[in-house]
Amino acid sequence: MPTLSAFRFIASKAAGMLAVLAIVAVLVFVLTRAASGDPVSVLLGDQATAADIERVKRDYGLDQPLPVQFGYWLREVARGNLGQSIFLQRPVTQALAERAEPTALLALMALAIAAAIGVPCGIVSAVVRGRVLDQVFTGVAMLGASIPSFWLGLVLMQAFAVSLGWFPVSGYGAPGAPLAERLHALVLPATVLGLLNSALITRFTRASMLDVLGEDYVRTARSKGLAEHTVVLKHALRNALVPILTVLGLTVALMIGGAVVTETVFGLPGVGNLVVSAVLRRDYPVIQGALLVIAALYVLINFAIDLLYAVVDPRVKA
Amino acid sequence: MPLPRAIRQLMHRRIVLVAAGVLGVIAVLALAAPWVTAFDPHDTAVLQRLKSPTAEHLLGTDELGRDLFSRIVFGARYSLAIAAFTALGAVVCGTALGLAAGFFRRLDAPLMRVVDAMMSLPDILLAIALVAILGPSLANVVLALVLVYTPRVARVVRASTLVLRELLFIEAVRALGVRTSRILWRHILPHLMSPILVQLSFIFAYAILAEAGLSFLGVGVSPDTPTWGTMVAGSQPYAHQAFWVVLFPGLAIIFTALSLQLLGDGVRDLLDPKLKKVG
Repeated sequence: MPTLSAFRFIASKAAGMLAVLAIVAVLVFVLTRAASGDPVSVLLGDQATAADIERVKRDYGLDQPLPVQFGYWLREVARGNLGQSIFLQRPVTQALAERAEPTALLALMALAIAAAIGVPCGIVSAVVRGRVLDQVFTGVAMLGASIPSFWLGLVLMQAFAVSLGWFPVSGYGAPGAPLAERLHALVLPATVLGLLNSALITRFTRASMLDVLGEDYVRTARSKGLAEHTVVLKHALRNALVPILTVLGLTVALMIGGAVVTETVFGLPGVGNLVVSAVLRRDYPVIQGALLVIAALYVLINFAIDLLYAVVDPRVKA
Repeated sequence: MPLPRAIRQLMHRRIVLVAAGVLGVIAVLALAAPWVTAFDPHDTAVLQRLKSPTAEHLLGTDELGRDLFSRIVFGARYSLAIAAFTALGAVVCGTALGLAAGFFRRLDAPLMRVVDAMMSLPDILLAIALVAILGPSLANVVLALVLVYTPRVARVVRASTLVLRELLFIEAVRALGVRTSRILWRHILPHLMSPILVQLSFIFAYAILAEAGLSFLGVGVSPDTPTWGTMVAGSQPYAHQAFWVVLFPGLAIIFTALSLQLLGDGVRDLLDPKLKKVG
């Protein structure tokens, strides 16, 4: 729909997205700088002389006023430079890139598991609404939202890694291990994340299917004698798909940063793990960079979904 | 619907009744902790370490020989208190923000952009970062979690306020010249009670999970404070020898969080006519 209103819709969504990104940048910067700990003294230890501290502060730009530091930082971020990690002796972008693979694969695998469980359960739940099966699925979904991820991780680890020995207890294979070995190491953590996130997807699928199943065209399809599975899968599901895709997109965006606990349980060298160790070492540049990238991913996926809505559903207007 | 009748209707649903009962039992145990436990939760007995459940130690003992049942019951005090203060704080702050954004058009866009920005980070990640900044203490964990959940409440309250603002009776009290503060307090807020109650119970549940997650990562309350999260975190290395040290605190978390969500869901079903029609 290459019309003026479509252009306006995209422009207003893009403006909103940029505003949110700008606020995220300010929040992330202010939050990480508000920390009471001093990275320079942590880095140099007790033995450092005043001159050493001054030199390091100057090298990292920590001697400038805060708004100036923010300006420097933002300019560099715009150039794709997230700064230098204080502890890892390498650029933050490089540190993030090194940790991206386990996290990305974990998120995709977990999403596949979550969707494979959540979408069918949600559809069935909506079709048999109010009956026992619906209540069972709804109850199980709620149970899934009540289990701490580290606990489920420990339980599965005990059963399938320690007792049965089917999977490695922790880690991500030896360095340079073949892809199959790395994927094998991800099965348990992805199962934990997938099971827990399937709850949300079940609920969403159920709700959006219920909305569609109440529409007139579904009644029409039924009254012209179509088989029930055709009505549900062809007529209803296709129209319920956009909200379902939305929740899938947002789930993957949240899993990229939200897998912190699961990554820690299974000792995966992912982005979440990087953030936790950076927090414990007060490595500001890494915390800033990681939070910014994760939030930006979320905002961008959200924006993409908004656009998708407009393309798929012509009723959506600015 | 008047509140007493709502509560009576709620209790007619068996599952909600069970959930409320579970929460009641947990709350009573936590309050009466010193009287229902035979052991001090901090008493170590190295010879009794990692004992499986017996008549004496109902849920067994942990890696220092401490009675697990006592620790879970005393831990409930901390876990529930942290979650309760978090839920209350987030609901109060979120309601104030949501009312402001929903009622005053000029505040809407800026407030909601900040809310969007805060919600673009996963809960646990934002909580970790905030605790790291504030410093790990009980009060700071609560403060961090309040900051994490305030935007959620604000979004829900704003959406409801936007609808209410346009209703005829609000227009009427405005035309009568009622002060804005009084309109918000006496005419809008009472109609927001049901979504707020739903949020309260859900955030209570999420806060229990989040606190446990933070403690597990070692960025929560001090490991010496027996919350359900620190119990799992501390005993985790012994899980392969004595699985109950991890199993039972986890079950306490699950039962509590599940009951709270069932309760919240019951309230929502009861108060949302759209859901009632299709369910």
